[in-house]
Amino acid sequence: MTKTTEDQWPMWEVFLQSKQGAPHEHAGSLHAPDAEMAIQNARDVYSRRNEAISIWVVRSEDIISTSPSDAGPFFDPATDKIFRYPKFYSIPKGVRGV
Amino acid sequence: MEDEKKLAEFQTRLKNGESIEPKDWMPERYRKQLVRMISQHAHSEIVGMLPEGNWITRAPNLRRKMALLAKVQDEAGHGLYLYSAAETLGVDRESMINDLLSGKAKYSSIFNYPTLTWADIGVIGWLVDGAAIVNQTMLAKSSYGPYSRANLRICREENFHKKQGYEIVATLANGTDAQRKMIQESVNRWWWPSLMMFGPTDKDSPNSAELTKWKVKIHSNDDLRQRFVDLTVPQAKAVNITFPDPDLKFNEETGHWEFGEIDWNEFYRVIKGYGPMNRERMNARKKAHEDGRWVREAAEAYAKKKKVLHEN
Ligand SMILES: [Fe+2]
Ligand SMILES: [Fe+2]
Repeated sequence: MTKTTEDQWPMWEVFLQSKQGAPHEHAGSLHAPDAEMAIQNARDVYSRRNEAISIWVVRSEDIISTSPSDAGPFFDPATDKIFRYPKFYSIPKGVRGV
Repeated sequence: MEDEKKLAEFQTRLKNGESIEPKDWMPERYRKQLVRMISQHAHSEIVGMLPEGNWITRAPNLRRKMALLAKVQDEAGHGLYLYSAAETLGVDRESMINDLLSGKAKYSSIFNYPTLTWADIGVIGWLVDGAAIVNQTMLAKSSYGPYSRANLRICREENFHKKQGYEIVATLANGTDAQRKMIQESVNRWWWPSLMMFGPTDKDSPNSAELTKWKVKIHSNDDLRQRFVDLTVPQAKAVNITFPDPDLKFNEETGHWEFGEIDWNEFYRVIKGYGPMNRERMNARKKAHEDGRWVREAAEAYAKKKKVLHEN
């Protein structure tokens, strides 16, 4: 089979903001030769029905993530700190708005 | 031994309904079956643009033309979501596309039937997208995160596909004698191939059994087919259209519509490449790929030029 130039195109991760004040959320990925095309393709592929008012694209290879294999130990330190939650504390009966 | 322990853990995760993500450990068979299934699904979306694309320039009015154009564009998007989902499993899109163009990869047999009349565009939206929705609604709950999310996105778009198809069907069914005849003939041609879209019957479907074990599928081919028939028969009755099956009858006890024997020889003949349009579809796909080459090359040249300007 003939080779296309496409295999050299980097992969981009697409993040969409659905409305004012909402966070950008991961929508999917795509291939594009540069950032400008990535943004345009992201609009055509992931926002054909006004799903976004703002789009971020990030080169996939630039994303650093935790690895699932050590997710347990990595997130452990947070699990035994119940004093980070309001229900850990008691206050005198009848006091409101605390 | 390590792997056996991991496999047991993996199966527990599936049992608990957890979703599997790209970097998670997974058995080789799980990965293999997913790549096969997701890439076939992606190819089906892409090849699926051809039978309908054939009618865009001949749509009877502007409203129909805009709808059809938007639908076919959606299918391209579906292909892309699915190729991306497959890529998270470590295969690159280039090799999947090469497998499609070289004839090595399979796609849904339904797209190897010709669209002879405008009525076929209505019937495809109604029956073919209708069947796809039943299937994809299940796949939106599949155990593999990226595949399930891609299907969720697809399902949100599919409802318009089915509805615009049914609108065409209803319009023709309430039209002149010639229009009624055209729509009924189209339904007669598409009904059985649509039922075949769910794949072989359970006892002849080893892949389906394995995919069920991995929670990629959660209903069997036969169950999905039955759901589709139960959903579709009343829709046909509503517009006085019949299906070409003398054995189709309602079973009061089970509450299901029973239907006749599917011609599996035809199904396997088409899958193996001997359907009415297999060759034309592949030629059209190859031509589109070649015709688009200059666009890809131009985009790349432009990106390179900009990068050079930026660096200097
Ligand atoms: Fe689709
Ligand atoms: Fe569709």
